Formats: sequence, C-alpha cells, structure tokens
Amino acid sequence: MTEVTTGAGGPESHAKHVVYCGVCSLPPEYCEFGGTVKKCEEWLKVQHPDMHERLYSEDVINANMSSLTIEAQKRADKDAQKKAAKAVAAEARALEIKASSKILIKRVERNKRKYVTAVQGLEAHGLDLKKVAKDFGKKFATGSSVTKLPGGGEEITVQGDLSDDIYDYLVETYEDIPEENIECIEDKKKKGGG
Amino acid sequence: MFKKDITPGAKSKVKSSAQRAIRGKIVEEYPLLGPYIDEIIPKKEQLDLVKLPDRVSLYTLGSNPLFFQHMDDALIPHLAVVHKYPNCFPRLRIDRGAIRFVLSGATLMAPGLTSAGGRLPNPDADEEDVERYGKEDLEPGTVVVVEAEGKENACLVGVLKMGTKEMKMVKKGAAMEGGHCLGDGLWMLNLG
Repeated sequence: MTEVTTGAGGPESHAKHVVYCGVCSLPPEYCEFGGTVKKCEEWLKVQHPDMHERLYSEDVINANMSSLTIEAQKRADKDAQKKAAKAVAAEARALEIKASSKILIKRVERNKRKYVTAVQGLEAHGLDLKKVAKDFGKKFATGSSVTKLPGGGEEITVQGDLSDDIYDYLVETYEDIPEENIECIEDKKKKGGG
Repeated sequence: MFKKDITPGAKSKVKSSAQRAIRGKIVEEYPLLGPYIDEIIPKKEQLDLVKLPDRVSLYTLGSNPLFFQHMDDALIPHLAVVHKYPNCFPRLRIDRGAIRFVLSGATLMAPGLTSAGGRLPNPDADEEDVERYGKEDLEPGTVVVVEAEGKENACLVGVLKMGTKEMKMVKKGAAMEGGHCLGDGLWMLNLG
C-alpha cells in the first residue's frame, strides 16, 4: 500500500486515511470503549490537537450521554470502570513480569572442548526470538537458531562459547532490559551451579 | 471469532495464480472495490498467507493484513481495509448502547440495529441514509460492515446470520456471529 497516505481526501478517488490511537490502536473515536481513555486522550492531545478538540469537548460528551437512558448510562459507566481497572491491572502485571523475568545465558558443553550457548527468557522482554537469533548469528558470525524446549517454550541456541559476548551485546543493544536481570550460567551435563 | 489474542502461524507466499484468483474473487464479491483493487493488491506485489488458529487464513501484503477467510468461506476484509475504503461494502449501523458490547466481542444482536440509533437498508428512510445504507434488503450470508452511531469508522465486519428483512420483523436474536471487531485478536495481531 503505497499511496494511502493522501490525507482525508475523498474516498471516491483514493483510500481514506484513518488515524489510529497510539495507545490502544483503535481509531480515536473508539478510545472511550478501550479502558485506557485517560492515556488515549493525552496522546491525542499531543498528536492530533484538532481531533482531540472534536472528540473530547464538553458538548460532545454531553451529547453522547444524553442519547442513552439513565439506566443504560449507569450500566455503561460501571462497565467502563471495570474495564479500566482491568486494563490497569493487566498493565501492572505485564510490567511486573517484565521486571522479574530473567534472561539466562547458558554455556552448554557439547563435546569436551566444544560449547553451545543457550539464551532463554528473551521473549518475556518483548523481543522476537527469530529476529534476535538472526542478529546473534550476524554479530558473532556463527550458527544461531531458535530451538524448542522439551518443556514448552523456545530458546536461542548459538554455536560456540559466547556467553560473555552475548551478555555484553544484550546489555548494549537492549537498554530497556535491566542488567541485573541477565545471568550467565555454566551448564555441565544437565544442571550445574553458576 | 478472535476474542482471545492470537499468535500467527506459518507464513507462506501465495502462488501468483492463486493470487490472481483471490483478486478475482474479491472483485466478484465486492464489485465496488473494483476500481481500487490495484491499490489494495497491486498486480506485481507478493501476497502472503498467514495461518491463524481455527483454520482461518489471513492474506497480507507485507505487514498489512488485507482479507481473512475461514476454511473456504467468504473472504472478509480486515477492518483496516474497511477503514480505507468505507464506501465499498454493504453497511449497517448499530446504536450507541450496543458499541461497548460489540467491542468486547459479543455477538451482534438485532435490537442494536433495529432501534432508533441503528440503521438497516430501508427504502423509506431519508435520502442520506438510503445512500449510505442502501435500500435492498440483505440476505443471510452477506458480508457486511457495521458502523456505529455517532462514529465515523466501522467497528465490526462479519457475515450476516439473519436477513435484514427478518430482523425488521422479529427484532430479536443474533444478527451476526463471529465477526471481526475493533480491538480483537485479529486487530491486535502483530505481523512482523
């Protein structure tokens, strides 16, 4: 789709360009149903002040309210509150998971002097394993792949003993991962201490 | 259909002959899209087929989802496409009270369409509405786009379960099942 950004020109000639909210990804007019209204509103105010005015001015809100019966309004309000609470809780949980989840870099002995390095837990930080694996391969000029773990889940396996290099690389490139969440472990045959 | 967040499955390239067939099918199903088909699916571009859970396949162009299909059912446009070409699909409108239910993935019920804020194809309506929502009654099985009262963009797309004529008479029951609505799993789907 190359020429869809021709503004709000007539839909007869060209595709209509729709702005989507940067917070909840819906068209801004639907933000009020999303549960993150406050954030959406702030975002819109910064990004599209004209649209903000149109959607969040008092008259509009009042007009919206008056089109429903009082009873329905109450129910909708309750629902919206519930939804907002849910959204907040979900966000908090996601943050917590992110903060507490560790990245494990394991050096696994493959054949006496040969090692592979396994990296686990990257997906919890919102990274695409396939892409990261490719990056590792490029950076260290070795084979690097995503392998499935027997217990479910996936890890990245990099050929060669690269645990320290990967540690440095991760710290450097992904700044939003706290350094103390990355841990190097030496894995003997099955499980060993680091 | 996509109430939960979904993870995309295998992505594969669509054969050029299959791609031509898809183009043809889309134009046949949505004749109004005809003039824009080259904008939606340029002839030279490579379409991708992404498999989704429950035997749904999604056709994408790069990272833009275009149409999805359950088994061999009708090709249904993704809402992003609907937003770009809003005038090319048969449309209905729901009242304001129904929006929050629809957006949380509920089945579309007829009262939301038959009430004062809703719109169905109706030859007796005023001119503007006739132009927007048509006057021919729609049969069950038609793919329709559902707009919302007071909103500019569509919020739901799916296959009608009940004809609009029947809806007007009965004013009860499910009107559409398993559509694709704003904010559902398909909408949130991230195609790398």
